[in-house]
Amino acid sequence: MAKKSFRQAISEALRQEMERDPTVVLMGEDVAGGAGAPGEDDAWGGPLGVTKGLMPRFGRERVFDTPITESAFIGCAAGAAATGLRPVADLMFVDFMGVCFDQIFNQAAKFRYMFGGKAKTPLVIRTMYGAGFRAASQHSQCLYPIFTHIPGLKVVIPSSPYEAKGLMIQAIRDDDPVIFFEHKVMYDDEEEVPDEPYVIPFGEANFLRDGEDVTIVALGRMVKFAVQAADMLEQEGVECTVLDPRTTSPLDIASILESVGETGRLVVVDEANPRCNMATDISAQVAERAFEALKAPIRMVSPPHVPVPFSPSLEDEFLPSPEKIAAAVRAVMGAPARRAAA
Amino acid sequence: MADLAALTMPKLGLAMTEGQVASWHREEGDTIAAGEEIADIETPKITAAYESPATGTLRRKVVSPGQTVPVGALIGVLAEPTAADTEIDAFIAEWQARFAAEAAEEGPAAPEPERIETPFGAIQILESGPAEGEPLVLIHGFGGDLLTFFLLQPLLAERYRTLALDLPGHGGSTKTLPGADPAALAAIVSAVMTARGMPVAHLLGHSLGGAIALALTEAEPVRVSALTLVSPAGLGPEINGDYIAGFIAARRPRELTALLAILFAGGQSLITREMIDGVLRYKRLDGVTAALTAIAAANMPEGRQAKSFRHVLMDPARPAQIVWGRQDQIIPATHAEGLPLHVRVNIFEDAGHMAHMEKAADLARLLGS
Amino acid sequence: MQLNRDDMLRAYRQMRTIRAFEERVHTEFAAGGIPGFVHLYAGEEASAVGVCLHLTERDVIASTHRGHGHCIAKGCEVKAMMQEIYGRKDGLCAGKGGSMHIADIARGMLGANGIVGGGMPLVCGAALTAKLLKTGGVGIAFCGDGGSNQGTTAEAMNLASVWKLPAVFVIEDNGYAESTASSWSVGGDHVKRAEGYGMPGIRADGRDFFAVHEAASEAIGRARSGEGPSLLHLTLERFFGHFEGDAMTYRAPDEIAKLRAERDCLTFFRRRVTEAGLLESAALDAVDRETAELIEEAVTEAKAAPFPPPSELLTDVYAAY
Repeated sequence: MAKKSFRQAISEALRQEMERDPTVVLMGEDVAGGAGAPGEDDAWGGPLGVTKGLMPRFGRERVFDTPITESAFIGCAAGAAATGLRPVADLMFVDFMGVCFDQIFNQAAKFRYMFGGKAKTPLVIRTMYGAGFRAASQHSQCLYPIFTHIPGLKVVIPSSPYEAKGLMIQAIRDDDPVIFFEHKVMYDDEEEVPDEPYVIPFGEANFLRDGEDVTIVALGRMVKFAVQAADMLEQEGVECTVLDPRTTSPLDIASILESVGETGRLVVVDEANPRCNMATDISAQVAERAFEALKAPIRMVSPPHVPVPFSPSLEDEFLPSPEKIAAAVRAVMGAPARRAAA
Repeated sequence: MADLAALTMPKLGLAMTEGQVASWHREEGDTIAAGEEIADIETPKITAAYESPATGTLRRKVVSPGQTVPVGALIGVLAEPTAADTEIDAFIAEWQARFAAEAAEEGPAAPEPERIETPFGAIQILESGPAEGEPLVLIHGFGGDLLTFFLLQPLLAERYRTLALDLPGHGGSTKTLPGADPAALAAIVSAVMTARGMPVAHLLGHSLGGAIALALTEAEPVRVSALTLVSPAGLGPEINGDYIAGFIAARRPRELTALLAILFAGGQSLITREMIDGVLRYKRLDGVTAALTAIAAANMPEGRQAKSFRHVLMDPARPAQIVWGRQDQIIPATHAEGLPLHVRVNIFEDAGHMAHMEKAADLARLLGS
Repeated sequence: MQLNRDDMLRAYRQMRTIRAFEERVHTEFAAGGIPGFVHLYAGEEASAVGVCLHLTERDVIASTHRGHGHCIAKGCEVKAMMQEIYGRKDGLCAGKGGSMHIADIARGMLGANGIVGGGMPLVCGAALTAKLLKTGGVGIAFCGDGGSNQGTTAEAMNLASVWKLPAVFVIEDNGYAESTASSWSVGGDHVKRAEGYGMPGIRADGRDFFAVHEAASEAIGRARSGEGPSLLHLTLERFFGHFEGDAMTYRAPDEIAKLRAERDCLTFFRRRVTEAGLLESAALDAVDRETAELIEEAVTEAKAAPFPPPSELLTDVYAAY
């Protein structure tokens, strides 16, 4: 089976679904690039090349370069979804959500509910997230907790090329609005990816390691770091379960609870800023529903409550790492057993 | 100078390049008999027992559990109890130096699967073995693929011109079924044989693949020179319908692990995470669930096999042998009873439904390899 | 575009229905019977009906928070609308949207909107769908003079223009953005803004059904024939407050009385058609009566209808979760 990059896996998903379903269209800034300009057409294929080749294949009647006008084209995608198309809109950096969030959270997310079940909004918004490229505070955030908060939206965070293709195909076939988070640092990651189309359902966690000492829940790029930490810890005799929820909405809390029920220890790794992020949400749900099983307090591994800094030394300090994850695991392993009731 | 024997990482299947000793069953200083299972070897594909190639005392475990080494690397040393430690050390050092030098030379590349076009769509095949060898076609079972023969095919390829294929709806073949019953699936096997210039072949079928082999024999008897059936469907009504339904429905690793464990007499210990992931990834492919559901409905509706092919085995002119694991929990080994005397029957007491994996070497020997 | 007798009667019926609906909601709201916020359209009927008379179910409109008029003009079921405003389970949105989100996508009504300017980009989407699927449909965005200043309005007009979408932007200029006069908040001129975005703007008297109908014909015709979007700037009157409960102290003391006496689009219509012999008073009176009955029934039924049960709280968030 061929190895493909995260970028190629997503591109393949888009291409295969556009081949299968003529109502799937792409729109966004420079999703092809070069529109109206004298040089090369399809000059960019998105800022990091994910959609290159799709406009030459499907034409500008299905791949739309937009002006820089997020509230218009995201809203356009929402309206188009509600009236018969299946648009995949590209919100280039999730940091730009501020200029179009109304169309996402007040319009697209709520049509079905507000209209008494009589609307269908099969919209996908692809968006880049995450730090590591020294892109600084306005191009590096992980804002998925904000979208997760909104009833009516689904939020998907693939952690590898194989995951990305199956989750994107599901996102396009899904009849609800889906926000698809692509970590910008992962585009060159490679993995075996089937040539055929396949679907990974939402709300089903993936297990990358099985171990009875501690459950590590991680999202997106952090999954890879968690696996590295788990492999390090195995040499120290600590067996870790690594669980990737894949989607934060819907969230496979059942698998997390089941795992914590067995290990009794939880470390959650979330690259999003610490206040009200996914780690806090998952920790609260576990504390509420699996309290009896916990042998130690839950640990969250997240960056500090600061904007993403520019300088490489600071950004490296900002991010979680396998070492920080391993340290958190050692902390929960070393925590004293709760005293039995007198 | 005492005789020293090297224990090396075995090659389990053509694609294996490295493995781990998952656990040792014996300690340094123990006396080991040849053929005794002294360790478990873990690879991405499978966990299997390691039999000592010689008799002696286990003097050194060269690798510890969890340590990954290449195929052929030294994992332990057998010697007489009188051999000096310095001798053992020297043996190890010399052996590993030689191994490193040899590893730098590349051996022949393992054969790769390829996809061929047939009138029924693309079919993935894996051919291996001498072009002038007797053609032998390997047909997998429900929910499987040609890799199920990864231990057996290399052994048979020493003598036969082997061809394993992925049935439609499975593996790397088209997921569109031309039909779901054994006759329809047999027609595809026939087409592949024709496409590869095999007018006649020995058919080896596992489970549903066995029924397909029988169906092909019924439809085109002149094309089938011999039959080897491993835990075949088509010889009786009973089949584990819960397993079939469970396999189609399973979505989570745990569900699938528990299910696949039923296939092997050794249970869960043979199942690796990669095996589970591989099955789950296969099941997610577009068209697979529909194909499996159609095949189950056509061949084993409601836990009973739809068609018997026992009559196909009546012809004494065609060599036929049946291999079964006594502990088969999918199709009972009793289906091998009452067949005409010319049909050779071998029941492995310590195998389950997957004798072609659990007893690959023994099965290859039965086929003269 | 020529209007025959049936068209004119239909137009009058729709305008009268909207008027009667809004007047009744006004009194019922004041009596405390209606939950939440309502924003009434009375006085603006000629706009909704003048535009929507051109439309069929393949066309899509998006409305503002002041959506009852557009909803009725687009052909939505009046009793279901009333039930929705009363929050009943058989309302147009199963009681889950209310006045500000009243919608019927199956009839091409993409909803009233609680966010000013929220519907503008959505209509670009509906127009895009019509263009790509070649339905021949158009998308109409209704917008107030207040909403015309939202970024979404500017962006939607630009996008519709560069993509040549089959869209029409209808600015319903009633002179007030909430409590602020439009003279205070609208820089420049709506038609010139439209031209600035590369589309024609057409001014029309929003109190004159026939003028609106004519202007809409031109704009919708352009859209349907693939020539791209247009803007209609309609000046009209809002008889009630921005919202029900608005004391309207920002309006001159006799302003509303004067508007009702002198600028009532229904009065204009009746006078015009009867003087020109196009329709008889008796026919119009019959419509008045029938409409009054319809509204009376709608309110009575709505008041007696059941609320959604608690189990409905959790349904229809997603197609599947």
